[in-house]
Amino acid sequence: MAAKVRIKDQWKEQRLFEQRSVIGAGIIAALSVLLLARLVTLQVVRHDYYTDLSQGNRVRIEPLPAPRGLILDRNGTVVAENRPAYQLELVREEVPDLGDTLRRLAAINLIPADDLDDARKLVLSHRSFDSVPVRLRLDDEEIATFAVHRFEFPGVDIRTRLARSYPYGALAVHALGYVGAISEQDLGHIDRAAYSGTTLIGKLGVEAAYEKDLHGQNGSREILVNAQGRSVQRQGAFVPNLRTVTPVAGDDLLLAMDLDVQKVAEEALGERRGAVVAIDPGNGDVLALASRPGFDPNTFGRGITRVEYKALLDDIDRPLFDRALRGTYPSGSTIKPAIALAGLVYDVVAPTDHRFCAGVYRLPGSSRMFREGRSGRHGSVGLVDAIARSCDVYFYDLANRLGVDRISAFLGLFGFGGITGIDIGGEKPGLLPSREWKRKAFSRPQDQVWFPGETVNFGIGQGYFLVTPLQLAHYTSMLANHGTSFKPRVVSGVRDPVNGTIRRFTPERGASITATPEQWQIVMAGMEGAMRGRGTAAATAGRNMTYDIAGKTGTAQVFSVGQNEKYNEKMVPERLRDHSWFIAFAPAEAPRIAVAVLVENGGFGSTGAAPIARKVMDAWLLKGGGA
Amino acid sequence: MTFGSIDSSYTRRTLTRSARALASLKVDGPLLVGLGLIAIFGLIVLYSASGRDIATVLKSATRLGIGAVVMLLLARVKPGFLRRAAPVIYMLGILLLVVVDVVGYIGKGAQRWLDLGLFRFQPSEIMKLAVPMMCAWYLHERPLPPSPGNLLVAAAIVFVPAALTVAQPDLGTGMLIAIAGVLVMLLAGLQSRVILVLAGITALGAWFGWSFLHDYQQKRVLTFLDPQSDPLGAGYHIIQSQIAIGSGGVFGKGWMNGSQGQLEFLPERSTDFIFAVIGEEVGLVGLVLLVLLYLFVVGRAIYLAMQTQETFARLLAGSLAMTFFVYVFINAGMVSGLLPVVGVPLPLVSYGGTSMVTLLAGFGILMSLYSHRKLIRS
Repeated sequence: MAAKVRIKDQWKEQRLFEQRSVIGAGIIAALSVLLLARLVTLQVVRHDYYTDLSQGNRVRIEPLPAPRGLILDRNGTVVAENRPAYQLELVREEVPDLGDTLRRLAAINLIPADDLDDARKLVLSHRSFDSVPVRLRLDDEEIATFAVHRFEFPGVDIRTRLARSYPYGALAVHALGYVGAISEQDLGHIDRAAYSGTTLIGKLGVEAAYEKDLHGQNGSREILVNAQGRSVQRQGAFVPNLRTVTPVAGDDLLLAMDLDVQKVAEEALGERRGAVVAIDPGNGDVLALASRPGFDPNTFGRGITRVEYKALLDDIDRPLFDRALRGTYPSGSTIKPAIALAGLVYDVVAPTDHRFCAGVYRLPGSSRMFREGRSGRHGSVGLVDAIARSCDVYFYDLANRLGVDRISAFLGLFGFGGITGIDIGGEKPGLLPSREWKRKAFSRPQDQVWFPGETVNFGIGQGYFLVTPLQLAHYTSMLANHGTSFKPRVVSGVRDPVNGTIRRFTPERGASITATPEQWQIVMAGMEGAMRGRGTAAATAGRNMTYDIAGKTGTAQVFSVGQNEKYNEKMVPERLRDHSWFIAFAPAEAPRIAVAVLVENGGFGSTGAAPIARKVMDAWLLKGGGA
Repeated sequence: MTFGSIDSSYTRRTLTRSARALASLKVDGPLLVGLGLIAIFGLIVLYSASGRDIATVLKSATRLGIGAVVMLLLARVKPGFLRRAAPVIYMLGILLLVVVDVVGYIGKGAQRWLDLGLFRFQPSEIMKLAVPMMCAWYLHERPLPPSPGNLLVAAAIVFVPAALTVAQPDLGTGMLIAIAGVLVMLLAGLQSRVILVLAGITALGAWFGWSFLHDYQQKRVLTFLDPQSDPLGAGYHIIQSQIAIGSGGVFGKGWMNGSQGQLEFLPERSTDFIFAVIGEEVGLVGLVLLVLLYLFVVGRAIYLAMQTQETFARLLAGSLAMTFFVYVFINAGMVSGLLPVVGVPLPLVSYGGTSMVTLLAGFGILMSLYSHRKLIRS
């Protein structure tokens, strides 16, 4: 009985099983179709979409920085170039702990401990996958040090990059400028994309003013990366065409500057603080633009440390300060040719007018005495002699007769009180005083009045009147040109680095002034007279001339410690000495160079500044410069 | 007489001889060929997916070899022995699972292995076979379709080891264990109304069980529903594997040329996500070929199951055949974005684990059940 039931069950169970198996097979078939449909959707219908995504996954665009343009002097000598340098770079996203990594790098002396915060900020200011240089220009020993510790620093590596190099170091540093790390301030006015892959930007001088020409156009390269973002080198079918956009190198700059003249100027200044500006009056070419003391721009490209920078900032001689463009000083007697010309143009004085110089001048109706600055008394002097021998008494009187309004207006025509329009930035306008200026500049009503005594001082370039060495050089070139001028230019052209095509800039006209040839002749005679006979510079700059020079000395009284200098008791005596000026152009009949020299606290113009000017002119003229 | 006829008779003789050899080994020829093709396909893909690491391929081949030996041995074991052994293996498995859970609890972390010194042993793997065996053993003596009381006992047989495995925590394997057992019950002729009720209970259980899932398990389900919600975190796997498959297109990027896999965008490319590597490098053509091979194996296995005569053999063989498909579908489904990410390897292709050996052991049992059948003439 039981066996019978069991057998019946067997058949029923088998049929049931077969039925279920068929249902199961059906479900399997249905699920297989579903899977197939899914695969077709992914691989056929949405294939293009996923191809794009996978392309985006594996390709990253890496910027290729354009080589920065070279800077060459007028003779073709390279003064700023790019050299391969080893630098330590860090990729934030590959570094486990940024702070700790930087600290450990500092511990093995690869980055200065004082700069940890700056390095950290620098890294954080870049995208997480950017390779950021935390230390530039490693020397061989430092490279070896890192090689030993390399395994401790994932995400940090040594890379070769082109670094800016200035083969002549501090020479002409204020004119050339330098490249330094892009600051937060810089980021505000540059196109970040154009500077990806670059960490440096031109600062000051030519490097800053011609940044656009020098920078060039960055290229880019598509690189194959893995999921960690590391670049991988794998040939084959992964990426058949990785695009590369070749960078366009920046233009080379051709300076108007003559390195020989510049060298002479800086060597002549030596350890003294001062400035030399030499201009070709024929086109505004700046032949030399020196400010001493200087500093080595290479330290900035290398990555200046906080300590080094602080030392530069705190130096009492202020090496970072560009005296040529930004230093403002009383002009002293160098302004006398312009005052004389004003007297002639306004017909206040006749060439033949003589005055008797007894060494002291008294304003009519006043007891205040204005003394001859230098050598007692000149006796009876005419206008030419007054310039040549720098007779203060003569110019006290002349200034008084001209009056402040006419002096101020006439000096304005020479460009004083404004910028010369030189092609590099940072120049200061100096100060051209006038009645109106005084009204605005002072708060107390009794100070707002222009006193006649101030006009008298103005006549010999003392008082409120302040000029920069550049302004004086520009003014000298106008005197040399008999009234016309060109805007001073440090760069005279650009050169295409690829095909060598040179594009010269046309000189731009600057300020001008009108006077008759006879009037000019008198001023010229005065300035030439200064160089010979009883002239103020006859014994110094005028000795053994092989060409005619027209010059003028100047001695600027130091009224107070200038330019926000820190008061330093020990230095006071030296630093209260007069500033020494000299302006000159030569050859007098057909000028090819106009120079202004300033030596801070250098004493008399004839002894401090004039010999320097002579050396500069010799350097240019004796080799036939500008001929 | 032509060369052709000589040739064909030679071929026939050779085939007959090998068929006899296989029969004496109790091995099913077509199934063996199908499994072999999948294994070879898998090794070729693994070479590329492992980044041309021949050591990985050799290790995997060794495991396949061990699995094959286990399969051949099991094929020779008589089904009666397997049936009698089922409860013993099952109880032993439960014991080991409890030990692993306790050790894991003490060690405060996921614990799936027992370290036996020589090798690490994963008791949940045994359960993949022991649960359907036990289930089939329990049901084969009872009238089918099973009564509600029997059903309850069978459900308990399935539930206990599945729950212990999920607690390890290993959601994927726990699920697979449960599926293998449930399939036995379904094949035994579960009434459709009971199926509906069970489906309802499962849904309810899922809703209730949600709170018992670990954070990362919940996250997996959530990201399955919306992978873009966390593209760099939990959704990363799904997004990258779909990019890999989709960018492969119809013919693929070429063997060893899949950028997603080779550049390591695709995580776990040689293990759970190897299906995506195939899709990327060999394209739709490769995937369809592989799926067809799997379907051939599943189909042959179901056919074999239907040929057996005993209830125990039928239920166990049927369950093993369909479980194999479930493995394939869950892995392919999760990699292609049809299912949430659960750690289920692609059978015979994914690198690693004891699962390869277990799978082949299952096929060994299947072959034994088929080849030891009594040939009854009607």
